[in-house]
Amino acid sequence: MNAASTVHVRYTLQRPEFTLDVELDLPLRGISGVFGASGAGKTSLLRCIAGLERPATGKLVVAGDVWQDDESNIWRAVHERDIGYVFQEPRLFAHLDVRRNIEYGLRRREHNGAPDIDHVIGLLGIERLLGRKPDELSGGEAQRVAIARALLCAPRFVLMDEPLASLDQERKEEILPFLDRLHAEGDVPIIYVSHNIDEVSRLCDHLVVIDGGRVVADGDVQSVLVRTDLPILAGREAGSVIQGAVESYDDADDLTGLRCSGGNLWVPGNAGQTGATVRLRIRASDVSLCRSRPDNSTILNIVPAQVDAIESDAGPSALVRLAMGEDRIIARVTRRSIRELELREGDEVFAQIKSVAVRAP
Amino acid sequence: MNADTLFQPLLLSVQLAAITTIVLMIIATPIAWWLAQTSSRWKTLVQTTVALPIVLPPTVMGFYLLIVLGPGGAIGSWWVELTGNALTFSFAGLVVASCLYSLPFAVQPLVVGFESLGQRNLEAAWTLGASKIDAFFSVALPLSVRGYLSAVVLSFAHTLGEFGVVLMVGGNIPGETRVISIAIYDQVESLNYQAAHQLSALLLVVAFIALFSMFFVNRKWRTQ
Repeated sequence: MNAASTVHVRYTLQRPEFTLDVELDLPLRGISGVFGASGAGKTSLLRCIAGLERPATGKLVVAGDVWQDDESNIWRAVHERDIGYVFQEPRLFAHLDVRRNIEYGLRRREHNGAPDIDHVIGLLGIERLLGRKPDELSGGEAQRVAIARALLCAPRFVLMDEPLASLDQERKEEILPFLDRLHAEGDVPIIYVSHNIDEVSRLCDHLVVIDGGRVVADGDVQSVLVRTDLPILAGREAGSVIQGAVESYDDADDLTGLRCSGGNLWVPGNAGQTGATVRLRIRASDVSLCRSRPDNSTILNIVPAQVDAIESDAGPSALVRLAMGEDRIIARVTRRSIRELELREGDEVFAQIKSVAVRAP
Repeated sequence: MNADTLFQPLLLSVQLAAITTIVLMIIATPIAWWLAQTSSRWKTLVQTTVALPIVLPPTVMGFYLLIVLGPGGAIGSWWVELTGNALTFSFAGLVVASCLYSLPFAVQPLVVGFESLGQRNLEAAWTLGASKIDAFFSVALPLSVRGYLSAVVLSFAHTLGEFGVVLMVGGNIPGETRVISIAIYDQVESLNYQAAHQLSALLLVVAFIALFSMFFVNRKWRTQ
């Protein structure tokens, strides 16, 4: 990657629970996810980048500007780093109303140029909240205000530390569409920390996996998610992300036909304009395999594929990685099925995909 | 007893308490902020020193202050050089003594307020481009109003009611150091019970109003 368009990060930080030891180049565009279990060091990494934590040795270079380098004694204090930070909790200032909360950073980072306030307010749907005090907001509203506040200080990039973790499922669903919109606009790069694989599958373009304070995978989201050899990605939520182009919409059955590199898929509802690119999330547990094409199945999406890798652990199930055209998807099947079907790498099979979640790319 | 002998001591007490409170807020803020933030090994020592006036008899404090503030003392001699007047048995000396005497009553509520504020809001302010000083004035201070309210009322009321230290350092000079508590003592000594009654009742009412308004305002904020 070109140094002018990346955040170069190198940190070692000793903690009683873990040792953070990472070296990374994160792209300064789109959303880069940092995924890992709780206590893996994700939050510490973000705090180091923000300057809230001062590690033993560290280096941070943002688009060629050195923000921190302990070898040459370069250190920018938190307020001198042009970042936005969204914490797990909204951390709104209780003595200021919503408008003055979101203007707090705006006034202090005037040198970054004037961001379009009305645009950000509209993007996060907080027009009606501007006159309220933080204690008059719901959890979801408060977090939206916190995101607007971070965006409005016109940062080089925004750090988000599990911004949805403190919310219940309903509130998460309330905020995710706003993050989708932010992602679709792509104006400001985001580094997004999460331990939720659904969130990173939905939002991220680039994905870094951290385990025990170390980077175990780093790449575009499609290729990292199918790393079936990584135990942390092989859990119940395992799945893949692929892209498809909208080809047709069947009004009568309310289904959209998509063209993917390995074949055509039907997804429920109207997924978008013809020709639009959409992102599909296919969970491993929604994919099953057949040796021959089943002809009496209720499952609409049956696609030829080739077994790319088989990863089984001590449990009853195994993850099978499949090549479907250019794409890779994963299927969760039992170890017994693998034995009885005598599945091996390179075998031609048919993947039955029971459900597909569709997102704008 | 004419109005002057009744109200002059009260006025002097209120003046002393007001000036002391203003000075104390300026001195106590950095001390309390440091105490709330630091993990330095000097913390316990500073805490102890600040709290001493709570347990020491006013006469002990007054005695040491008399020596230090006197024309031969470290601070007193410097003051004489600077102004030509002695610090002891003067209004200025009373302000200095009162500030030390009431210091814990200003510092404690502020420490409690700053501690309950926590790091979270400050961190958010820093990431939004506020320097540490800026974040203190724009976030920590306004969020600690209740701590300040308690500190102001307690410092004011405590200074209003002080007796021993004033007597030791300031004596009993009408219009200069004869505050209301001294005046009451004086009237009782000369068996002027009626005047002592009036002065005492006056002090009682003022103290009651001060505390009542603090609790009232505090409660109003809580329910808001």
